[in-house]
Amino acid sequence: MTAHSTSLSVPQSADDLATEPLTLWQLGWLRFRRHKMALFGGVLLIALIIFAFGGSFLYTEKYANFNDTSQRLQPPSSEHPFGTDSIGRDILARTIYGGQISLFIGFVAVLIETILGILVGALAGYYGGVVDAILMRFTEALLIIPTIFLLLVMAKFFGGQIPEIHIFNRAFSGSVIVIVVIIGATSWMYLARIVRAEFLSLKEREFILAAHATGTSNFEIIFYHILPNTIAPIIVSSTLSVANAILAEAYISFLGLGVQPPTASWGNMLDNSVKYLDSAPWLWFFPGMLILLTVLSINFLGDGLRDALDPRSRVI
Amino acid sequence: MFQYVIKRLLQGIPLLIIVSLTLFLLMMKVGDPIATMGGRTITRPDDRERLTRQLGLDKPLAVQYLYWLIGNDWTKIDADGDGIPEKSGTRRGILRGDLGTSLVTKEPVAKLIGERIPNTLILMLASEIVTILFALFLGIYSALRQYSTLDNILTALLFIGYSMPIFFISLMSMYVFAVLFKQWGLPYLPTVGMFDPQVGKTTGQVLWHMVLPVLSLSVIYFAGYSRYIRSTMLEVMSQDYIRTAKSKGLPRRQVVYIHALKNASLPIVTLVGLDLPFLLGGAVVTERIFAWPGMGRLFLDHLSRADVSVVMGIMMLVAVAVVVFQILTDIVYAWLDPRIRYD
Repeated sequence: MTAHSTSLSVPQSADDLATEPLTLWQLGWLRFRRHKMALFGGVLLIALIIFAFGGSFLYTEKYANFNDTSQRLQPPSSEHPFGTDSIGRDILARTIYGGQISLFIGFVAVLIETILGILVGALAGYYGGVVDAILMRFTEALLIIPTIFLLLVMAKFFGGQIPEIHIFNRAFSGSVIVIVVIIGATSWMYLARIVRAEFLSLKEREFILAAHATGTSNFEIIFYHILPNTIAPIIVSSTLSVANAILAEAYISFLGLGVQPPTASWGNMLDNSVKYLDSAPWLWFFPGMLILLTVLSINFLGDGLRDALDPRSRVI
Repeated sequence: MFQYVIKRLLQGIPLLIIVSLTLFLLMMKVGDPIATMGGRTITRPDDRERLTRQLGLDKPLAVQYLYWLIGNDWTKIDADGDGIPEKSGTRRGILRGDLGTSLVTKEPVAKLIGERIPNTLILMLASEIVTILFALFLGIYSALRQYSTLDNILTALLFIGYSMPIFFISLMSMYVFAVLFKQWGLPYLPTVGMFDPQVGKTTGQVLWHMVLPVLSLSVIYFAGYSRYIRSTMLEVMSQDYIRTAKSKGLPRRQVVYIHALKNASLPIVTLVGLDLPFLLGGAVVTERIFAWPGMGRLFLDHLSRADVSVVMGIMMLVAVAVVVFQILTDIVYAWLDPRIRYD
């Protein structure tokens, strides 16, 4: 018998048979990679991000905003692969820079939404009583107004109040900030309800009782003990929210109340496109298609994450 | 049950007050109504001052809200705008059913909204009916053939429909069915308005003009409904009473459409009941694209001119409808499912 084989001992109990438990993330990845559509969504989203941000190396922003009215409404050609718009700007270059703005709005608005949703949901669920009643009535009040109405009224309310912003030698219309804030401020309600429900059930559990007994502060219990246990539904909801935020930006910009030119976004490139429905379909086809692909990829991804991170799921 | 309904109605009141206060605060800064009143002529400073007083826009926000809520016929207002209030107001306030007067058209808001509601409802209800019929058919079909090729194809297509921005499907359907069909010499569909002014507002014309907007709206709603119906049907089909029905030797048709669908329709009723009031607000983007004279367009037109009473009227109408429909849905749910008791 060699030294090596002596280590192969006979299992003594059931505990020895069990393998090292997998963490939520390991389990999640095992399930996620089986989800073909989610993987496809992930790859597509990465490709779109590379298109929007890598495209900066092909065209300068100056070129994207450069208008030459003698070149207006040119159909797609080798010089302008996506054609030109009604004042002669190159549509491919504008979809690249517009994509940066649309994706930026999508992700940052969801960041705001997630912070607001977690705060409201956690406070309402954890403290209960009057705090819960006030916060939840306010949440319900916002839920009974159609979101598009709320977005349009708020876009008018804050519109034109924020000056142009200069970052990295680039000028951004202040409307980008307005849109990010109003989308974040009108979409946190569903997340707040999810977080509240999780807090309501988790705060009664023994480990929270133990934390109270050892004199842990409320702040620590909320953010270090309960919140990490609610992370899976938050991730799923936030992922799907990115798609909704990108759509919301497109809707308000399409109605002319969103991102203001010359800053391009996929939404405002579609403003007035109805006028060119038959004469210049490339005007609305490319930005519309890019919005569809982005939203589709995020929805695939979110669906995969939902299946992968569901703690009740036993499938590996 | 009666007590429950009363309780829910009473709970709705503070909710609607929060909604109206929030919206009223937001409406105060959406633009300058006086700037757009004179049309192309620029308002002179003294005219502007007079108008501000006449419209009561110089009053503090709380007073303006109070007038909007309960009217101003109990107090003196400054009707000629000279700074001295001399005659009693005529507004009765939204609580007494007076939605106010439009600043733009000088017509009562109730009349403006009343003219648009039928147009919106005809479009939205048609879309909802088309959506539900198709969603039921395909949802049941793919639930019964879970993971078949057709089910997988449908699932992928539904994802596309679910992710589709409404303007993109609208523009594409307009391009295909109006522009391309015209080029190919096929009978093509109209893209804007409710009827051809040369023909007049006949039923046939309205139906013909409805095809494209209803198609676009249905594609968007269809995906969500169909996925929902599929999952509730899948859940019901694995229940014990379905197995019992099958083992009794009942025909498959009867098991699916009587035993399963009846039980699966409960959550669907909730979904439809909660969605219906939002249809009142119309589809803002769709109505804009297809130039459909409904509530969504009324909202956009009057929001752009900061016409507070019209915009507030539309939003409060929808808010009240949402509250009422939530209660109605609960009642219908309890009526359909005898296990549910509200005590």
